[in-house]
Amino acid sequence: MSILVNENTKVLCQGITGSAGSFHSKQMLEYGTKLVAGVTPGKGGTKFEDKVPVFNTVAEAVKETGANTSVIFVPPPFAADSIMEAADAGISLIITITEGIPVNDMIKAKRYIQGIPGVRLVGPNCPGVITPGAQCKIGIMPGHIHKPGRIGVVSRSGTLTYEAVHQLTQLGLGQSTAVGIGGDPVNGTDFVDVLKLFNEDPETDAVIMIGEIGGSAEETAAEYVAREFTKPIAGFIAGQSAPPGKRMGHAGAIISGGKGTAAEKIKAMEAAGILMAPSPTELGTTLQEAVKRGPPKKKS
Amino acid sequence: MKIHEYQGKELFRKYGVPTPRGILALSPNEAEAAATELGTSVSVVKAQIHAGGRGKGGGVKLAKSPAEAKDLAGQMLGMKLKTIQTGPEGQTVHKVYIEEGLAIGQELYLGVTLDRATSRITFMASREGGVEIEEVAATHPEKILRESVDPVVGFRDFQGRKLAFGLGLSGPTVNKFVQFCSALYRMYVETDAALVEINPLVILKDGGVVALDAKVNFDENALYRHKDLLEYRDVAEEDPREAQAKEHDLAYIALDGNIGCMVNGAGLAMATMDTIKLVGGNPANFLDVGGGATKEKVTSAFKLILADPNVKAVLVNIFGGIMKCDVIAEGIIAAAKEVQLKVPLVVRLEGTNVEKGKELLANSGLAITPADNLRQAAEKAVAAVK
Repeated sequence: MSILVNENTKVLCQGITGSAGSFHSKQMLEYGTKLVAGVTPGKGGTKFEDKVPVFNTVAEAVKETGANTSVIFVPPPFAADSIMEAADAGISLIITITEGIPVNDMIKAKRYIQGIPGVRLVGPNCPGVITPGAQCKIGIMPGHIHKPGRIGVVSRSGTLTYEAVHQLTQLGLGQSTAVGIGGDPVNGTDFVDVLKLFNEDPETDAVIMIGEIGGSAEETAAEYVAREFTKPIAGFIAGQSAPPGKRMGHAGAIISGGKGTAAEKIKAMEAAGILMAPSPTELGTTLQEAVKRGPPKKKS
Repeated sequence: MKIHEYQGKELFRKYGVPTPRGILALSPNEAEAAATELGTSVSVVKAQIHAGGRGKGGGVKLAKSPAEAKDLAGQMLGMKLKTIQTGPEGQTVHKVYIEEGLAIGQELYLGVTLDRATSRITFMASREGGVEIEEVAATHPEKILRESVDPVVGFRDFQGRKLAFGLGLSGPTVNKFVQFCSALYRMYVETDAALVEINPLVILKDGGVVALDAKVNFDENALYRHKDLLEYRDVAEEDPREAQAKEHDLAYIALDGNIGCMVNGAGLAMATMDTIKLVGGNPANFLDVGGGATKEKVTSAFKLILADPNVKAVLVNIFGGIMKCDVIAEGIIAAAKEVQLKVPLVVRLEGTNVEKGKELLANSGLAITPADNLRQAAEKAVAAVK
């Protein structure tokens, strides 16, 4: 099974003719991803790499190819518009790789897709989603470090996700699906959404969750784990050594109600029964420990 | 991007958000002339730095005459102002803002920013104005009123009334407050602000509503569509190395340790710093070279790291991802030669062609210590500075 993407996923790439879009589209094709269409306004009718048809609009691409998932490499000023176009065209999973989208644009795009049932956004500013067992890689992660298996990976960070996956693979632990949710202040799918999917996925046995300082997504995820999660789970928070730094003002601190520090997050996650890796070099081994220990105990 | 109070107030006025009258002064004589021109019996001399908490740090003072305004400006200009937000080294005052004195009835707090939990812009207001607002938020969160704005319809009048009555306002002041909030929301959205904070917002004895302070930050990702706002950038207020990093599209934050770090990706960069600390060392900086890690980027990153005299060793940690390790290794070698690297360099590479990459580093003729994983890299870097 896996989550979010599998062998039935038909992908279209928005921004397929741009430099990042074309480079990564080639990589996705090489990995085995079913990339069925590309979209670049004005380049409709051409073919990418002599085989993937390019369309002017997402609606047209969906009608002609039956694509159900989109990956977005469109430059930041136009990316929010691309998200809305994908949602409008009936795409159910929109994976946005683009980094640097203005916050106000994302506020509107998120509000827009909330009005269309059945649409899920992953990202923006994320490495994407990969299910190694289905040879389905959607995003910019290096395919070769992954290995089919039964460990779920969810992370806010890009290269740190690769570090986690690499350590798991070296220990012989393959992955069911690895999801990068991205680190932007306004994003789509969050930790809780992904953890729920892993909890229900019969092909995922255990999960590693990687967070970082700032915001309160990890604390919210910890509350969910304490309440409902039934599989062994390990975790890590990056930024434990980051100094408090020069602050911008009071409003950021007020809005998160004192949450957001590494210590606070680790405390919340440990209390929820997540086994925390003491260092980023022990992500894989901590997951092994968590599996030995079993699922988090529920308070009755 | 942060701007000064006087610039924030200039924007406020443009959008119809009421502020006191004020004049910028760069010298004591200008301050005296400004106070004379304002003509109020009392004027306020305010140090202009990009940090809050100025009042308690001695950066906001009352002057009972233009001569006193001149004296106070003379004391403030050039001083290192230390506040809870500047860090222990303080920030040098280059400009003062002279403002008219007003008959203040009540001080309130008003802040507008993104609430990550709801993905909406949120107004926060409290009767507990002044610098203690964070303590209020921690101990009495119920004393902070919140209104979350639906981006489709924008800030509505009823939300302004809820805040106004919640703050205990009455009479014509209620509508003035509603208009104040609406104008502020329009400014926030149209300028792509990331934070607007008014602490205090004051109710005058005559019922007027005025922004006595203005802290405004902008979303860096949206600045491309606000060329006019770029004129507000004050490079003197920024860490010169951080400003230089921005020019090369690198994310850099100076720290006080002696191991320079160069990493791709923010999460991995933080994890690298964590590991250095864990094995008994101290990172000199946070530096994210981004996904590309090209020779050009690596070269400018080296220059940036080595400009810090405290740096005694450099640790490079690159998870190659799709970029091949041999290509990255070539970039590192070329960059190290170009900057004539003299401190020990520890390199950890991972990804495609990692063996080829390590071979290139070993045969480069440079004193490069290779490492197989992050922990080993950190240990070797720590050993190199001891």
